[in-house]
Amino acid sequence: MQLELLVSKFQSKDEKAFEALYNMYSDSMHGVIYNIVRDNDIAEEVMQDVFIKAWHNASSYSAKKGRFFTWLINIARNAAIDKTRSKTFKNSKKNLDATFFVDILENQDNLNSQTDAIGIKKFVKKLAKKCIEVIELLYFKGYTQKEASKTLEMPIGTIKTRNRNCINELRNMLDVSP
Amino acid sequence: MTNKEYIESGILELYVAGALSEAENEAVYQKLLKNPDILDEVLKIEAAIIKLTAATSPTDSKYIFPAVKEALGLNTSDSQVVTLPRQPKTNWLAYTGWAASVLLAGGLIWLLNQNRALQTEIKTVEAEINKQHIDNQLLEEQIHTARANLKEANKLLDVIRDKEIIAVPLPGQDVYPEAYAKVYWDKKANTIYLDAQGLPEPPRGKVYQVWSLTLSPLSPTSLGTLDDFANDDNKVFTITNTNASEAFGITLEPAGGSETPTMEQLYTLGAVQTTP
Repeated sequence: MQLELLVSKFQSKDEKAFEALYNMYSDSMHGVIYNIVRDNDIAEEVMQDVFIKAWHNASSYSAKKGRFFTWLINIARNAAIDKTRSKTFKNSKKNLDATFFVDILENQDNLNSQTDAIGIKKFVKKLAKKCIEVIELLYFKGYTQKEASKTLEMPIGTIKTRNRNCINELRNMLDVSP
Repeated sequence: MTNKEYIESGILELYVAGALSEAENEAVYQKLLKNPDILDEVLKIEAAIIKLTAATSPTDSKYIFPAVKEALGLNTSDSQVVTLPRQPKTNWLAYTGWAASVLLAGGLIWLLNQNRALQTEIKTVEAEINKQHIDNQLLEEQIHTARANLKEANKLLDVIRDKEIIAVPLPGQDVYPEAYAKVYWDKKANTIYLDAQGLPEPPRGKVYQVWSLTLSPLSPTSLGTLDDFANDDNKVFTITNTNASEAFGITLEPAGGSETPTMEQLYTLGAVQTTP
C-alpha cells in the first residue's frame, strides 16, 4: 500500500493503517528513544506515549512539513528528551551527555533480529568519529543544522556535505533500495 | 541547480533528519512532487536511517503495540491476536491431563489388586462352602442313618411289644452256658427276629446255624446261617420261618452250615411256650 494512502487512512483513525505504520517505524523509534533514555522500561513507556500522541495528533501532520517518518521521529526524540528532563529520571540516571548511539551497537552482542544488524555493526566500526558525531546529533538527537553547526563548531555547509558522505557510506553498506 | 547538484548538496539528508526550517521543508516537498529522482533519493536516505536507528532498538518492539491500542481504547479482535503470549505459558491443561492419567493408572492398579484380593477371597469362601457342603452331606447321611437306625429300633420295639408276637428265650447250653439269645416270632408274617447279642463271636471258619425244632418226634429244620454275625451291629437277624416250630436252637457249624445240627456245639435252645 502506498505510504500516502496509509498516512491518509491513519489520519482518518483507521486502526489497521495505524498498525501498519507502527510496524514500519516502531523499531526505529524504539532505537532512537532507547539511545536517549538508555533504559528498557522507560523506553517502552516512552514508546507508548509517542504512538498515543501520534494517534491523537495525526491531523497535525502534513506532507508539506516533511516526511511522515520525520514527523514521527521528531515526536519520539522530543518525548524521550522530555523524559530525561523529568525529576525522577534525573534522580535515577547518570549524565548521558557523553554517550552515542554507536555504544549501543558496539556493546550489543545480539542486535535482535535485524537482518542488517551485522552490516550496521561493520559500518559503525569503520565509521569515522566525525560521522558518528554528526549522525548522532542530526538523527538520534534531532538537532537542527544550526544547532549541529554550533555544537560541532563547523559551518552549515560542511555539516551538510559531511553528513551526506556519512549517509552514503551507510547506504553502500546496507545496499539500500526503497 | 540541476537535480544531481541538488541531491549532492546534502539537503535531502537534513530533510529526512528534520533538521531544516519549515520554509526549507516546504521547498523540498515542492521539488519532490515534480522530480521523481529526488523523491527516490529521499526514500533511499530514509530507508537507511530507519535501518540504522532500528539497529539500536534493544528488543523487537512489536509487543508494545497492544498496550498502545489499549491505552487508546482500540481493542479490536485483531489486536487480541497481537497480544497473544510472547513467552510460552505453562500448559496447565496438559499438566492436568498427565496428572489425571497418572491418577487414573494408579486407581486402575489399585482396583486390579482389590479385584484379585476379592477373587482369592471368593475362592476361599467357595472352598469353605464346598467343604461345608460335603460336611452337610455327611451330616445328612448320618442323620439319615440315625433315622434309619431309629426306625429299625422302633420296629424292633414294636415287635417286642406286639402281643401277637411270641417271645422265645434261648438260654445257654452246656457248651457255653453264658450264651443267650431270644427269638421273637411273628406267626402272621412267618418271620422270626433273632436277637443274638448274647452269643460270643464265632471262631474263624465257623458260623452259627439257626434251627427250628419239632419235639415229638425231634426233627430239626435249618433256618439258615448267621454269616454276617460279626459285622451286624445290633445282632438282630430277621429270618423267614414257615414252620410250626416248637423250639429254636442255635449251633456252631463249619462255614457253609450243616445238614443236621451238631448237638455237641448247641449254644442255645428254647421251647416255644404254648399260648394259654
